[in-house]
Amino acid sequence: MPLSPNKSRAGVLAAMLLLLAAGRAAADTPADFARRFDAEARKLDPGQGDASAARGERFFKDPHGGEWSCSSCHTANPLQTGRHATTGKTIAPLAPAANAGRFTSPAKVEKWFRRNCKDVLSRECTPAEKGDVLAYLRSLQ
Amino acid sequence: MSPARALALFALSGLVSLPAAADGHRYPVDNPAYRSECGSCHVPYPPALLPASSWDAVLAGLQDHFGTDATLEHAAAREIADFLRRNAGREPRTPAPQPMLRITGQRWFAREHDEIAPRVWNRPAVKSRANCGACHTGAEQGRYGEGELVVPK
Ligand code: HEC
Ligand code: HEC
Ligand code: HEC
Repeated sequence: MPLSPNKSRAGVLAAMLLLLAAGRAAADTPADFARRFDAEARKLDPGQGDASAARGERFFKDPHGGEWSCSSCHTANPLQTGRHATTGKTIAPLAPAANAGRFTSPAKVEKWFRRNCKDVLSRECTPAEKGDVLAYLRSLQ
Repeated sequence: MSPARALALFALSGLVSLPAAADGHRYPVDNPAYRSECGSCHVPYPPALLPASSWDAVLAGLQDHFGTDATLEHAAAREIADFLRRNAGREPRTPAPQPMLRITGQRWFAREHDEIAPRVWNRPAVKSRANCGACHTGAEQGRYGEGELVVPK
């Protein structure tokens, strides 16, 4: 029996959706990370409000009682090239508007949040803090 | 032993001699896992500039790596250890009680850089001896020849 036009169209649609899903898994966008941090934050605290760029900026520039803030390496203007606070090595800009490679790889984002939060706050950052930082970085144009 | 022979042996020890590069002053740093895991906080240092015993000690202490967390995933850790061992420099003839963890702590490093005044190391654009790329403009690719050298003002 020949495939009905309806059925074959559904098949094409399913294939396209699959391709779309595969494409998204290969390269995430900053918006995907924003949604993920938001969902994680609400799971921990159902009363959690929306991410805030203003709170993210304060968090980013605050040394949190230690020696470094995020801006020590990423500058107080993350649209610009940063510099590692100890080694002096240049670090490409952190804001997605200035560096399209940022917030596209979950493994990379997780690894550096873990490391850098430990260096700055001596603990991991919470999903809400990550969401605020990302909202701040995405607000920069 | 004649003084000249003693000196030659001493130089061979690797503690005082600069490891020979195959091609002028170019050392291989071209392993992708090494470049991405060990080349983001500082330049990917040439494996040839420390002996394998030192690299093993560096890798064994990554959870507190010069004050920061540089731990690796299991798969990357193996590949990087292999790459470092394959391209490592010569072991010192008389093993140190503790493996040297710094390229910049070796005697040949001090000798090659003895013309650089302390205030130069402290310049904001240099900050650290370990910031090879501040002066060696080809350091990202492992090139340390005289042709690619700019000491920042
Ligand atoms: C001691 C220096 C240093 C400090 C302090 C620091 N970072 Fe980083 N950060 C780095 C380096 C090095 C990288 C990796 C190199 C690169 O990706 O260019 C990085 C990468 C990142 C990335 C990866 C982004 C991506 O997708 O590529 C994020 C996110 C990040 N940092 C956030 C932060 C936050 C938030 C803080 C403050 C809590 C912070 N960093 C503090 C050095 C630092
Ligand atoms: C999270 C940041 C970070 C990562 C990742 C990292 N390092 Fe380092 N490394 C440092 C810092 C900070 C120093 C101290 C630099 C200084 O004194 O200026 C350092 C210093 C070194 C030194 C000594 C430099 C000298 O003075 O001669 C070696 C060797 C070294 N790292 C090897 C590695 C290797 C191998 C890896 C990968 C497994 C690695 N590093 C990954 C931050 C990092
Ligand atoms: C402040 C600038 C500066 C920094 C930082 C620096 N160097 Fe050098 N380096 C020099 C100068 C100047 C020379 C001497 C060149 C000469 O006399 O021919 C040199 C020479 C060398 C040589 C010998 C090259 C030759 O032609 O004989 C090597 C190898 C080398 N440096 C490696 C390193 C490494 C590895 C680092 C980082 C761990 C480093 N340097 C950091 C300035 C610097």
